[in-house]
Amino acid sequence: MAYALQQLINGITLGMIYGLIAVGYTMVYGIIGMINFAHGDVFMIGAFLSLIALSGLASLGITAVPLALAITLVFAAALAALYGWTIERVAYRPLRGSFRLAPLISAIGMSITLQNFAQVSQGARVKPLAPLLPGGLVLSHGEGFAVQLSWMQIAIALTTVLCLGVFTWLVTRTPLGRAMRACEQDLKMASLLGIDINQTIGLTFVIGAALAAVAGLMFLLYYGAIDFYIGFVAGVKAFTAAVLGGIGSLPGAVLGGLLIGLIETFWSAYFSVQYKDVAAFSILAITLVFLPTGLLGRTDVEKV
Amino acid sequence: MSQRAPLLDAFLSALVALGLFAPMVGLQTTVGVHGIVLVPRPFAVAALVGAVFVLRLLVRLWQARRPPEHAGVGRIGRAFAGLGPYLVPALLAAALLMPWFANRATIDLGVLVLTYVMLGWGLNIVVGLAGLLDLGYVAFYAVGAYSYALIAENTGLGFWSCLPAAGALAALWGITLGFPVLRLRGDYLAIVTLAFGEIIRVVLLNWVSLTGGPNGISGIPRPTLFGLRFTMSDEPGTFAGFFHLAPSPMQRQIFLYYIILVLALLTNWVTLRLRRQPLGRVWEALREDEIACRSLGINITTTKLTAFAVGACFGGFAGAFFATRQGFISPESFTFMESATVLAIVVLGGMGSQLGVVLAALVMIGGPEMFRPLADYRMLIFGLALVVMMVLRPRGLVTERRPSVTLRRNAGAIPAAMIAEGRG
Repeated sequence: MAYALQQLINGITLGMIYGLIAVGYTMVYGIIGMINFAHGDVFMIGAFLSLIALSGLASLGITAVPLALAITLVFAAALAALYGWTIERVAYRPLRGSFRLAPLISAIGMSITLQNFAQVSQGARVKPLAPLLPGGLVLSHGEGFAVQLSWMQIAIALTTVLCLGVFTWLVTRTPLGRAMRACEQDLKMASLLGIDINQTIGLTFVIGAALAAVAGLMFLLYYGAIDFYIGFVAGVKAFTAAVLGGIGSLPGAVLGGLLIGLIETFWSAYFSVQYKDVAAFSILAITLVFLPTGLLGRTDVEKV
Repeated sequence: MSQRAPLLDAFLSALVALGLFAPMVGLQTTVGVHGIVLVPRPFAVAALVGAVFVLRLLVRLWQARRPPEHAGVGRIGRAFAGLGPYLVPALLAAALLMPWFANRATIDLGVLVLTYVMLGWGLNIVVGLAGLLDLGYVAFYAVGAYSYALIAENTGLGFWSCLPAAGALAALWGITLGFPVLRLRGDYLAIVTLAFGEIIRVVLLNWVSLTGGPNGISGIPRPTLFGLRFTMSDEPGTFAGFFHLAPSPMQRQIFLYYIILVLALLTNWVTLRLRRQPLGRVWEALREDEIACRSLGINITTTKLTAFAVGACFGGFAGAFFATRQGFISPESFTFMESATVLAIVVLGGMGSQLGVVLAALVMIGGPEMFRPLADYRMLIFGLALVVMMVLRPRGLVTERRPSVTLRRNAGAIPAAMIAEGRG
């Protein structure tokens, strides 16, 4: 029981990281209907930016952990947002209204570019980071197995909830969110009604990239090591999460992220760690066979 | 299109570039004794920002000079259309004669390009003809390669006996993948095929007792010419011995080149023939409109499954060839990057165009090889080039199609923009 509880905690932590990345995928998909393959790599860039910021702050002598983390969060989110905006501007906007596969290939090209950019500029070696927040709450000692809720996990959970809260407020309560929802429903109609769709789409990428950077920071803190390749795996998992939850649905992305995190963690704990990806992907395929639009996705009615 | 002055625009671009590059390029993280140490590199940042400024300025000035082309068929497309009748025979003749004049490295590159041409033509059946977006095509390539390697290892059969089996097994896997995804559309299909490719790779990586795991399988038998082996001796039973030639590694290289050329041309021939038959027509109809197909009484299930199976089968052939050429395979050769490259070849070629696949494979596979001296920067340039090519030519290199079925003879080519891309 204690073991399962520990896995539950770990799974939810992992799932929150996936969920944050998945929100970016699902948001972009909802509005312009494309798979932003480079999103996982923006997450990776965010992790690198966080590492640079943390190292820079340490060398400047700022060692108070909450302050350093707050500065890093803002720094990484802001610059990753700039990356997101630039990617949209350079690689996707010229292809808007073109046929469906053109932006997909462009996105794959962007993903390769970002990966190799990070490799060339930061080196191919794995970058370690000493734990910033060691220790945690010991929940129970029973059966010779201590269930621990580390400070890091609490920090990740709090940050995720905070970010998603701000994000939900942004989407449901602000003019920008209204514009985004309008674009999601009907891009052409929204532009006819005077919504600056270029700006709205650009800001969608900015928000998605900022959330991905937050996920990148948390990944860095949680695992303590990053390299230029983490973006692909995390990106595919997060995209799987978005599809599992029903692509285009924001609560679905978070739900899908949590599910994928839990499936992976429990599968690794009870069966085999090598096949955790197979488990996650198989569950995705099985779910889609029975619910072709994911758990919370809408079925789109096709008019003839 | 923004209306800012070019100079201001270039300045703003440079500002953005400064934001992008200052931390990522300007501060390199290196692993020191006491954790991460930052190494500043201000000159690299300055050079990059300057380059962005100049490039943006040049692009803006160039755009101001000539208005953007709106026609569906660009200048390059028209040039190709004019060359059309001569281009295909010329390419074919060049491909046939190339090994007699080229050195070993060029033949190696030719084999590589032709492998991707074959994969591109195979995937073109699924994506270009049937309009089903497949992001996991590499899975069938892997199934073909491992089928051949394992059958050859365990039964001692040669390449030619195993080739049909490798194709058949890949086709079987194509159907296996096809069944659960029949109801899926568009990006749901894309992610499941991607997942399928990853599942195959992870299984190959971890099923150590069968596949050797990350160590792969080595000592895969080489192909023979009617039983004649290609070795470095001239004893009887070898190619050199039978024809009384001096043994040379070039002979095997040229032989491999012609095998893949024949396999690729076979793929092309089958595709062209199928397009004229009911099956191919149904694929194209499915791509254009699935609902219309259903209402005309076409069995969607078998149509989609045959597309997956035929496409997978050729992927399997290519995989078997890859295994016999390398003599060694490991899961590392079958990553998502391969699927992405093949899909990029199909899309960049202009979906559904057979000639386009050849041109795109030449550009995409031959191009990076030329940049090999740049080492680490090669893939960076590859990625950037992919983006630039898509932005400049979203419809691909060959933007005209000859319709598969026409009422009149000699009906002209139609722009690719008129062809649906399929929703599956």
